[in-house]
Amino acid sequence: MPLIDLANPSRFLAFTSRILPWLIGGTVLAFTAGLVLALFVAPDDYQQGATVKIMFIHVPNAWLSMFVWALMSVAALGTLVWRHPLADVAAKCAAPLGAAFTALALVTGSLWGRPMWGTYWVWDARLTSVLVLFLMYLGVLALWRTVDDPSRAGRAAAILTLVGAINLPIIKFSVDWWNTLHQPASVMRLGGPTIHPSILVPLLVMALAFTLLFVTLHLAAMRNEILRRRVRTLHLLQARGAHA
Amino acid sequence: MTLGPHAGFIVAAYAATVLVVGGLIVWILADYRAQKRTLANLERTGRKPPA
Repeated sequence: MPLIDLANPSRFLAFTSRILPWLIGGTVLAFTAGLVLALFVAPDDYQQGATVKIMFIHVPNAWLSMFVWALMSVAALGTLVWRHPLADVAAKCAAPLGAAFTALALVTGSLWGRPMWGTYWVWDARLTSVLVLFLMYLGVLALWRTVDDPSRAGRAAAILTLVGAINLPIIKFSVDWWNTLHQPASVMRLGGPTIHPSILVPLLVMALAFTLLFVTLHLAAMRNEILRRRVRTLHLLQARGAHA
Repeated sequence: MTLGPHAGFIVAAYAATVLVVGGLIVWILADYRAQKRTLANLERTGRKPPA
């Protein structure tokens, strides 16, 4: 099926019905492999001991928190520039998932920081910029709930999303630009990963599992949103019929 | 698998993840059923969904 055909909501619903079972299966498989590797195969870190196991959930959540906002930014362009009919549906459905992953990145980071740094929280550049990202997710969610008309809400949320995208490079490079308690990048860096393969491989498998989870939940949520808009249209038609 | 002296922090981090991810799955499934039910009720009253 050509990608452009998915712009039609009915074709998109048929596509999600076909692909969701495969995505669910892939997600379950990836999580099974990732958790076995992370909990039973990966060795403890020579400095951090078993607390390194928190990394296997903290890092994928942190990556997804930024990836989802980047995806929402592309969808925002789809809404404002190309007027793609599913762009605002994609952005709206990604926002609560991104907020959840960001909240998990903050919570698991705090739970990792307490035994390693001696504190749950410091106002350093990385932690603060991720907290700002979480607040921006809440702002987008609030905007969607405030404006009743989906197309108007979509345009307003798209502008807020594109403005908020400025925060993504700040989060990424905060550990290089400022002195932070948070460690610098150790996987996505120019010189290659600094993590030993015995820990890197489980981390990458868990990252794949969380990404598949996001794609699965996002498509399922988009299907729900298309159905919700059909319900809204039918309600409007009924209301018009009642007044005619 | 031994979790060492900081087992509570590790278990809490995994439990929080399971709780939040589980919540998302339940919420999306419940929403799907609610939308399908409402749509079916509306169609029964004679309205056809837009293509």
